[in-house]
Amino acid sequence: MNPGRCAACRYLRRKCPPDCIFSPHFPPNVPQRFVSVHRIYGASNVAKLLQQLPSHLRAEAAESLCLEAQYRIEDPVYGCVGLVSSLQQQIQDTEKQLAKTRAEIAFLKSQARLSHAALEGNLLDNAVNINFSDHQSFHG
Amino acid sequence: MRSQEPRSTSSCAACKLLKRRCGPNCIFAPYFRSDEPKKFAKVHKVFGASNVSKILIEVPEEQREDTVNSLAYEAEVRLQDPVYGCIGAIALLQRKMVELQHDLTLARARLALYAGTYSAGIGYTESDRFSMAALGEFPVACGGIMNSFSQTSYQVNQDAHLYDFTQIPYI
Repeated sequence: MNPGRCAACRYLRRKCPPDCIFSPHFPPNVPQRFVSVHRIYGASNVAKLLQQLPSHLRAEAAESLCLEAQYRIEDPVYGCVGLVSSLQQQIQDTEKQLAKTRAEIAFLKSQARLSHAALEGNLLDNAVNINFSDHQSFHG
Repeated sequence: MRSQEPRSTSSCAACKLLKRRCGPNCIFAPYFRSDEPKKFAKVHKVFGASNVSKILIEVPEEQREDTVNSLAYEAEVRLQDPVYGCIGAIALLQRKMVELQHDLTLARARLALYAGTYSAGIGYTESDRFSMAALGEFPVACGGIMNSFSQTSYQVNQDAHLYDFTQIPYI
């Protein structure tokens, strides 16, 4: 038995060639990663998907496949799509709250402007009245 | 003598693609209609018919339609983005959520500030020169306006921490 086989080749009970497509992304010390992707996608599909990608993107692809497979194992009905739906709903709710809060701010600002304008009008009236009564008392 | 069994003319999309007879108990037939060939083609390309079948058998019958729809969605996204698939979509949504939470926290703090200064009768503009006495009549009016809003509007969101999306949820 070749101790240097990757997790995929160990699971599939085959020789692990030097150019094994799985070997960089499924090390033998973490066998569960390959078990998960194999269960959901199958070895052949994973291999095809990785092969069609440039080599510098394969690690990210393998990682996302492992995550999605894990989500699907935990939740066979919705998988990671459940989380997508949940996030979309949360975003919608938060956007509504934000719109409501901004409307409230706009309302308070407009009320404050109206109050400000009304006060300025009152003070001006008072100032005019005072001047008029002074004039009356001066001229008798 | 040859069997006179009639040929099925209503094979589901899965059996058509797999070029096999679509039996009455075909697990795919209720969910992959023959007029939606692309749906099964995408699911098959990403997951494989055998794996889809195993997943469907594992879930209760009343949840199989939802399962197929989520698999179809996941397959579609994976084919569009072979590197990140749905995980990429999740990351984008999480980022959006963090931004929105930040905006909401700021907006609520701003609202609390406006509401506080408004009810105290203190002007909020730099050129304001009116005294508290001059604005004395306004707090009553402000109270009426404030009461029309829900109490939560003036509280900074206690849940404005980052959601931990690294934990696998169970919906």
